[in-house]
Amino acid sequence: MSEKELKSLEDLFQARIDRDEKIEPKEWMPEKYRQTHIRQISQHAHSEIVGMLPEANWITRAPSLRRKVALLAKIQDEGGHGLYLYSAAETLGISREEMYEQLHSGKAKYSSIFNYPAVTWADMGAVGWLVDGAAIMNQVALMGTSYGPYARAMVRICKEESFHQRQGYEILLTLCNGTPEQKAMAQDALNRWWWPSLMMFGPKDAESPNTEQSVKWKLKRKTNDELRQQFVDQTVPQANILGLTIPDPNLKWNEERKHYDFGDLDWNEFWQVVKGHGPCNKQRLEARKSAWEKGAWVRDAAVAYAEKQEDRELKKAI
Amino acid sequence: MKNWPLWEVFIRSKNGLEHRHCGSLHAADAQMALQNARDVYTRRMEGVSIWVVPSSQITASNPELNGETFEPAMDKAYRHPTFYELPDELKHM
Ligand SMILES: [Fe+2]
Ligand SMILES: [Fe+2]
Repeated sequence: MSEKELKSLEDLFQARIDRDEKIEPKEWMPEKYRQTHIRQISQHAHSEIVGMLPEANWITRAPSLRRKVALLAKIQDEGGHGLYLYSAAETLGISREEMYEQLHSGKAKYSSIFNYPAVTWADMGAVGWLVDGAAIMNQVALMGTSYGPYARAMVRICKEESFHQRQGYEILLTLCNGTPEQKAMAQDALNRWWWPSLMMFGPKDAESPNTEQSVKWKLKRKTNDELRQQFVDQTVPQANILGLTIPDPNLKWNEERKHYDFGDLDWNEFWQVVKGHGPCNKQRLEARKSAWEKGAWVRDAAVAYAEKQEDRELKKAI
Repeated sequence: MKNWPLWEVFIRSKNGLEHRHCGSLHAADAQMALQNARDVYTRRMEGVSIWVVPSSQITASNPELNGETFEPAMDKAYRHPTFYELPDELKHM
């Protein structure tokens, strides 16, 4: 294909996206579109899967059966979200094994938030409220993205997410209406999860190199800073209902902007965690790898069993 | 080690509606594909019936040939009721 032909194909492709048409698997797409989507969708999938780990830590320690079934159901949902997203990425021509390989070798990233530890029960509340809350904002924006399988996965995921956030908030609400110690535990969780949650929206717009292309492909419907602002604006009143204090001395309603002003994030910490030096990066990857390796015999046994059954059917037929 | 093959999942959300493609998953055999489909795609009463089909068994039309595949339907307006010019006073037709 000549350069001119390629350019005109790319223009036609972009025009379809501008008209709000969806791109479906096997249709022609620019190679960069394919690669960018494989990267973003698989990293999104990895985040769902690794995100199960900090919460799994609390299943056996949930304070009541009601909390335990809710937490189990939430974590099972996250496993499902991972699967929807891996499936969507597979339609672009990458195999599941390749994606696991990229995760396990450290080549692929996942959301940095899961490299923070969940040290008290109140963290289950803060994670549902803040971490799922931030994820929902990103994901709602992505329901209108241009790649059909990704957009459909987002619609399904968003339907399931709202229970996650509500169960988290309810955990904190209960703690905040409990003993002073319980309320202090809730405040402590907010103190530790607030800033990492704001970091979930990524670097500042000025330092986010892919923004323009991603906006064109509707991989980004709102910029990092816009989403972060929206998150702060919606979360502050929710903290007030709990009677908790957001750990930011610079947080203040700005009547002129009709938004909250808030303090600057610790970008040094952000990049440290992204580069693998967060509190739990090593532990999370180890847990993933060990689950995969220790499960190998189960996967093999299932294949052996399937082959044996098929063999039997064949013999019966003869 | 062999990898588990890919299956396409189709779900009937309630009787009276057709099965609809809802996604895919990996499983060692059809039985496991059905079980996984139930766990992944019907956790909230989203279905009353599930089909699973090995992805390798699906033959798909080629989107690059969409022009010749679907275009001919465009110039056959006589397949649509509005093609026929009938008097306004004609009722129930
Ligand atoms: Fe999720
Ligand atoms: Fe969630």
